[in-house]
Amino acid sequence: MDLPLLVGIFPQVFLDGLILGFMYALIALGYTMVYGVLEFINFAHSEIFIVGAFVGVEILLGMRAAGWLEALPWPLVLLLILVAGMAGAGLLAVSVERIAYRPLRGAPRLIPLISAIGVSFFLQDLIRLVESIWRNAFNLVYPTMDALNHRFELTETIDVSVKSLVVIAAALAMLWALHALVNRTKIGTAIRAVAEDQAAASLMGIDVNRIISLTFLIGGAMGGAAGVLFGVQYGLINPYSGFIPGLKAFTAAVLGGIGNIPGAMIGGVVLGLLEAFAASYLSLLTGGAFGAEYKDIFAFSVLILILIFRPKGLLGEIVRERA
Amino acid sequence: MIQAALATGLVGLSAWAVATFPRSVVVFLLFQGSLLFVYLARIPRWLRTALLALALLVLMPVLGHFNGYYLEIATQVGIFVALALGLNIVVGLAGLLDLGYVAFFAVGAYSWAIFGSPHANIMFGGGFPLAPGWFYAFLLVGLLLGAGTGVLLGLPVLRLRGDYLAIVTLGFGEVIRVLANNLDKPVNITNGPKGITPISRPPVPFDVPYAEAFYFLVLLIVVVVVLVNRRLEDSHVGRAWEAIREDELAAQAMGVPLVRSKLLAFGCGASFAGIMGVVFSAKQVFINPESFTFLESIGVLAMVILGGMGSIPGAVVGATVVTVLNLQVLKGFSLWLNELKNAGVVVLGYNLADLPTQLEPAKYERMIFGAILVLMMIFRPQGILPVRRRARELGTP
Repeated sequence: MDLPLLVGIFPQVFLDGLILGFMYALIALGYTMVYGVLEFINFAHSEIFIVGAFVGVEILLGMRAAGWLEALPWPLVLLLILVAGMAGAGLLAVSVERIAYRPLRGAPRLIPLISAIGVSFFLQDLIRLVESIWRNAFNLVYPTMDALNHRFELTETIDVSVKSLVVIAAALAMLWALHALVNRTKIGTAIRAVAEDQAAASLMGIDVNRIISLTFLIGGAMGGAAGVLFGVQYGLINPYSGFIPGLKAFTAAVLGGIGNIPGAMIGGVVLGLLEAFAASYLSLLTGGAFGAEYKDIFAFSVLILILIFRPKGLLGEIVRERA
Repeated sequence: MIQAALATGLVGLSAWAVATFPRSVVVFLLFQGSLLFVYLARIPRWLRTALLALALLVLMPVLGHFNGYYLEIATQVGIFVALALGLNIVVGLAGLLDLGYVAFFAVGAYSWAIFGSPHANIMFGGGFPLAPGWFYAFLLVGLLLGAGTGVLLGLPVLRLRGDYLAIVTLGFGEVIRVLANNLDKPVNITNGPKGITPISRPPVPFDVPYAEAFYFLVLLIVVVVVLVNRRLEDSHVGRAWEAIREDELAAQAMGVPLVRSKLLAFGCGASFAGIMGVVFSAKQVFINPESFTFLESIGVLAMVILGGMGSIPGAVVGATVVTVLNLQVLKGFSLWLNELKNAGVVVLGYNLADLPTQLEPAKYERMIFGAILVLMMIFRPQGILPVRRRARELGTP
């Protein structure tokens, strides 16, 4: 075993894990908010996330075709695609709730879950259909922006690109904004009230349906933002690439305690770090017998173990089981 | 009396039509529809049995001579019927949503693939593949392995609440797939993404061609599985499963052993998939992890949901409809569209030759599965052929 190597790559791995973790945290918020309010796993959230990425790439490709990509300053471009991705994904989430989940409210628990799985699969191929007709391709590459790809060399083995810093900054800003929204505004209070007790909330004059839609909007928008950041960070997207990150983000939500907003953030970061370390160190520690390809198993094992031994998650579950 | 004549006539007529127009998809669909009619029509029991037996034992293999692909489809349908019936026990009877069901199918398939091909030599030195006759022993091995894996998975996860259980089984299915993809090192067990080939086919009596032989083998297994399912449904175990599905607490209070019943459901469901996995690997001669993805699990789930959770005829019909949709309708539509494209047909002023090349309708099975799941949940959660109790529970909003 090569100890200096193991120590040497540590900061880089940590940084990569952190970026991945914030991405998971943003996606996990969508799962956790919806679960908090409806006790329902929004299985289609992974596709809502990737729709955000597709909205972003479409705008970037359109801007490049029009020659604006070089003309406009990059922070403006980034802000534009983030807002557009959030809007697209948020609106999609609201429509999905309206069409496929609301008619099933009050049905046995598994019914809406099966519907959500159906929506997830349907959306994957719908994106593929739309992009196939529109661009005759569904594996799309984010146009690169030179300023974003600039790398700072911190030491010989560690470097960090501008886009990584942007991803972290954007994720932190959004997590803070959401936290403030939920805890310090009237709307946030209404959301928490509905999560606590729908009947009581409606007696207090809260429009429960509107709040549920709003929850989907906010969760979807966070997912959409994560999608755009995912595209900017990793470049290549296709209609199916949302599924695995979505599943991992769900793992993150469970890890932090589903229904619990700070929990989702912590769970995301922890899972991102775990995965980055597993991906880099597993191969080194086992002499190449097991490599980075086992990182998915790692994440799923975390999910299974957490659910079996501490289903409340790290920070504990806010919602209780319905009697 | 009229219905009896009608049923007999329909089967005969549609079989004749298939023999006359062996390339027409519509006609073959008609033949399948006539079988459903036979099942649903108010005719004497002996006539129904006789007609179904005639159609499946005689007509189908004969029609296979006119168009060999139909026999292949029928065999595939049979495999998926068994899978759907297995999943039906877990999801429909016991009410446990299993999203990683295809994992058990994979376990069975890999068991015969490894020992029925020269691949096992890598691990055990020499002496492989096993003699083809071992295939029949491996049907039992597949069953036991499937059941064992089911129980093994069930043990830790059965305490979980329904939706969590679904996600964990999904994770388990993915774990099995990742393992199949990557266990070519340090010890080469699955040969990774390249898959395993050539897998031995079983010896067949009377020199029946393989296509027919597999058709009859699958048919035999399906018949056994249906009979087992019907007996299970009315047994005390079946009652226990349904009690758990309806109300776990009440069932427990009535003395239903929760853990044991749930494990039994997982084991029974998984064992069917295990057997069919063995048949599948021998039939395909080649397997790789691509055949055992999450998509397949959802496909089987869509079959169960479409037919009606907990309903045996429902699972059969659901599996047939979904498989035929996938193998025939989507592919047929794809071919038809391609022909129109190549011919440069103009529809409403739009030249079909300009259609995007990436648009391949045959690839949209996810959309079909997804649409089935959502539409069924919203409009008919009890399925197209519901069992009476489910119809009462889910039918009236």
